[in-house]
Amino acid sequence: MSAGAAATDSNALLVVRDLRIAFLRGRQPLLAVDGIDFQVAAGETLALLGESGCGKSATALGVLRLLPAAGRIQTGEVIFAGREVLGLSEAEMRAIRGHGMAMIFQEPATSLNPVLTVGRQIGEVLDRHHGLAGLAVEQRALDLLAAVGIADPRRRLGEYPFQLSGGMKQRVMIAIALAGTPRLLIADEPTTALDVTIQAQILELLRELQRQQRMGLLLITHDLGVVAQMAHRVAVMYAGEIVEEASRDMLFTAARHPYTRQLFAALPDLSRRRGPLATIPGQVPPLTALPVGCRFAERCAHAWELCRRQTPPWRHVAATHRLRCHLNDGSGLQPDGHADQRARDDDPQSPVHDSPAAATPPLLAVTDLRVHFPIRRGILQRTVGQVRAVDGVSLTLARGRTLALVGESGCGKTTVGKAILRLVTPTGGSIRLLDRELVGLPSRALRPLRRSMQMVFQDPFASLNPRLTVGEILAEGLQALAVGKGAKNDADAIAAILAQVGLDPDAGQRYPHEFSGGQRQRIAIARALAVQPELLICDEPTSALDVSVQAQILNLLATLQSELEVAYLFITHNFAVVDHLAHEVAVMYLGRIVESGAVDDILRASRHPYTRALLSAVPSPRLDRQPEFIRLPGEIPSPAQPPTGCHFHPRCPQAQTICRQDYPAPTALSPTHVIHCHFPVSVDNESPSRQAKRQALSTTKLA
Amino acid sequence: MDFLPVILWSDLLLWSLVLVSLVLGLLSRRNPLLRGAWRRVGASRAGMASATVLLAYLLIGLLDSLHYRPRLPETAAQTAAADEPRAAYAVDVHSLLDRLLWSLRTRNEKTYSEPLATRAYAKETIEVEGPGGQRLQQRDYPRLKHGGAHLGDHEAGRHADIGQRLLRAGGLAVLIWLVTAAWVATARSRATGGTPVQAWRQIWRNQSAFAWNAVLAAFAALLLSAAAIAFLAGDYHVFGTDKVGQDVLYQVLKSVRTALVVGLVTTLVTLPLSIFMGVLAGYFRGWVDDLIQYLYTTLSSIPGVLLVAAAVLMIQIVIDTHPQWFVTAVERADLRLLALCFILGLTSWTSVCRLLRGETMKLRELEYIQAAQAFGVADLRIIARHILPNLMHLVIIALVMDFSSLVLAEAVLSYVGIGVDPTTISFGMMINNARMELAREPVVWWSLVAAFAFMFVLVLAANLLADAVRDAFDPRQAGAA
Repeated sequence: MSAGAAATDSNALLVVRDLRIAFLRGRQPLLAVDGIDFQVAAGETLALLGESGCGKSATALGVLRLLPAAGRIQTGEVIFAGREVLGLSEAEMRAIRGHGMAMIFQEPATSLNPVLTVGRQIGEVLDRHHGLAGLAVEQRALDLLAAVGIADPRRRLGEYPFQLSGGMKQRVMIAIALAGTPRLLIADEPTTALDVTIQAQILELLRELQRQQRMGLLLITHDLGVVAQMAHRVAVMYAGEIVEEASRDMLFTAARHPYTRQLFAALPDLSRRRGPLATIPGQVPPLTALPVGCRFAERCAHAWELCRRQTPPWRHVAATHRLRCHLNDGSGLQPDGHADQRARDDDPQSPVHDSPAAATPPLLAVTDLRVHFPIRRGILQRTVGQVRAVDGVSLTLARGRTLALVGESGCGKTTVGKAILRLVTPTGGSIRLLDRELVGLPSRALRPLRRSMQMVFQDPFASLNPRLTVGEILAEGLQALAVGKGAKNDADAIAAILAQVGLDPDAGQRYPHEFSGGQRQRIAIARALAVQPELLICDEPTSALDVSVQAQILNLLATLQSELEVAYLFITHNFAVVDHLAHEVAVMYLGRIVESGAVDDILRASRHPYTRALLSAVPSPRLDRQPEFIRLPGEIPSPAQPPTGCHFHPRCPQAQTICRQDYPAPTALSPTHVIHCHFPVSVDNESPSRQAKRQALSTTKLA
Repeated sequence: MDFLPVILWSDLLLWSLVLVSLVLGLLSRRNPLLRGAWRRVGASRAGMASATVLLAYLLIGLLDSLHYRPRLPETAAQTAAADEPRAAYAVDVHSLLDRLLWSLRTRNEKTYSEPLATRAYAKETIEVEGPGGQRLQQRDYPRLKHGGAHLGDHEAGRHADIGQRLLRAGGLAVLIWLVTAAWVATARSRATGGTPVQAWRQIWRNQSAFAWNAVLAAFAALLLSAAAIAFLAGDYHVFGTDKVGQDVLYQVLKSVRTALVVGLVTTLVTLPLSIFMGVLAGYFRGWVDDLIQYLYTTLSSIPGVLLVAAAVLMIQIVIDTHPQWFVTAVERADLRLLALCFILGLTSWTSVCRLLRGETMKLRELEYIQAAQAFGVADLRIIARHILPNLMHLVIIALVMDFSSLVLAEAVLSYVGIGVDPTTISFGMMINNARMELAREPVVWWSLVAAFAFMFVLVLAANLLADAVRDAFDPRQAGAA
């Protein structure tokens, strides 16, 4: 321990020293967390940042001593409020959990007990840690629900988790965590499963609560945007080790470790629009084969022989900034410090093609598409209502262009994609692909057209049949659509397509489980491309992937588009990806498109209040660019009973009488920009602070 | 020819099932995922020990499934009548097991005798030669005709004789076991490239990938008991005799085949039905699903015993009114056994069907199925390529778990009197007979205990193997490994 660390020990709430956590597989312990130390002071937020499989969650569970049966804490000290935690008996530990340290989990849907009411679940904690009973419990539970911003807490107290929305469940989880009046809150990816608008609300709530109660907050996340909003200090984890620790400002302005810098470089960014993103080659090493020396050396652009031999020691570069890296530490070699600014991707620069879209006839034209699912009730299964999942969507897409369809979960964007592919049957409207009408076409007649359109799915772990080899998976489309001419040609085609997506040709003989998430997504893309489609529907293809892998896939998609002239219908909720890849954007809300236009129209000159609220909620991974969060009241209404008039009016800050009566007709603000709103927000109708920010932004852009 | 082979339907089904599972087993070696799963089964000690025990049962059952009719010695009249003598065969059908156990089968006593007894269980009035040569009537336990007959007048030497036989049996068992163990160690050392001693050390310390130590331990237990029984059975009734003086050991060994037929052939009926219905209902949903769901909810709400009883009684009438269908009584009994299997199968497919329907519903929403649909792949092909292979682990688990419950079901049904033909020996029939024996004073306990012990070991081994198979094929655990 350095002198600086010892000095801060006195006011640190949680001190973790040299913690080593291993998971037993068979009889062999695999080190998931290898000697990490950090501390959290009261009222401070420490963000533990890293990709999946880096040992972040194991650390949190280890601190609480809640590791699964195969987990073992091998060495280390966890000192909470001056008490060594690892030596406590289980009974003493139970008093600390909840009362001293509380935890919020990632998935609100599974962390509440579905058969107990909200009141009972909060009451359990109050009873355990404060000995409250009867009316006192109810009063305290009401206060807690009010504190986490739940409207009508008295009604919610008697409700079951299934009656709550995802955001409300996470609020209840926070209320339960707060019920024990913890001094340290451990939040394990608390907003990853939530929509951006809800995420912004939850993050705001956590900040507020922390400020009021001076809690320590250990925030585990992989999202640099969340870190930028929440953290005071950041510890970057890689393969079970902390590689860099710094104050937030220091990390965002002067990150020193190559891994951290690469993480920033891999983020889609305006300045590198449609150009290739920096990627980190390879992937996080598996626990079974951790390298000697620096664990990042395999993927590091600057690694030299020392890195592969010797684990770099901690090195302080500033009072609050330390890292473990041999780079520039005076140990001999001094590689060029600027080389990592833009670690070049393997594939060459893909040209930015921005040819005007209007000249070519549209590849895909969707007009007034409707997909309604009947709600059936009773013994005779009579239809009593309709879920209007998609309710009159129109869009066009030209060859070689990318249209991004954005919206929160449940707005019907995936259903649009599936309806175009006829994975769900459209209720009405028209879909024209290559000037052929698809709606109402019998499935036999549709089959030849399926060659022209394909889909890449969200979850690369669910989209490949585990029982087939990669070769068989890729051959499926060729055989079903009779594209190839016999097995020999198929094999050649498969080898070619594997090379095209950057996989070894011998991958065809292997099974999907032998590949990592990013490689699996490449296989899924290869499967779709094997039949040479003109339209590729990508349903959140990167949302299940880590940042560095996401960059690889986005680069691949961009290269493929420039080489093959494929059009992408890109379904996503990630605005950074939209900004990077899309030519046009359509924003969906409750089954309808509320605003559509060129990417600049939407992302930088949006006029619809919903789009603006959505954009303001996206956490920016830059310190200076976070716009003021426009808080939307309430939740997305059910598509079974959409509100009258404009669907958005119950949540719209500027709704008026007409909004409650009539659905707004499309208004063309420019040849490309169409909006459905009675009262489009004018750009100059901004708050002064936002204006100042915009000006600052534009000046930085000019500079 | 000295015998006429008789192929009973149940023989055919049993053998073909064994062959088919061997072929499937060999085929599954090619698929790395299935190979991995079977390897995990192989590493499970409880699983492998019970597999060894089950193999012993299977061996008995298969030996009992090779039937023939022996040739009758030609009478003088026949030889005279025909120039070309036509062979005449006996009406009773024997199996290879009967042949091996010939002495057990034929050495019947008059009535009950205790295990390893030399005298009957009840006193009788017997005539003894008095000292003066006159015949005296005396009430005593009569000597058995076969049990311990070799002792002659030295009945007191029975214990010493038994002990000696057990010692010899133990010695032989140890010898065979040592040879087997040495053979396994040498074979393994050749495969791994070490010395046999090293290989043995690995096996002993449970470091080999395959649970050889469990197999060898189970084999040792089997050998010890088999050798002991074999050495004693020659001159004693090891498990005593029943009411008509038949050897209980023989009955128990014959029951094994009945249990195996009921356990295995029934799954042959259930599996196609439940896979077909379950996948259809889960994949197509809509009215197909409704229809199949109504079918199995209706079927499973009828009390199973009633349904089986009605069906068995109807079959019985059909069999009784068509005696011309059957050449031998064994064929008639066999048909009734098969009928029981089919009826059990028809009433028990619902639970597996429900399971497969749910799993199919989950699978069809998966993205790789949707990707196949986006390629316009035909539904039947999707089912064959994408759904069935992903259901196989459930099918294998269901198959192994159902086996033990079916063996028990047979016992229960035979006890109620609606099971197998009265001439077929089965665990259920033995237990049914024991009902009266238990009410007797003094109690005749041995046939119940023997049937119970053999059935218990069979069902326990099947359940342990089912656990090992389920753990190995469970996709959650397979994913972790």
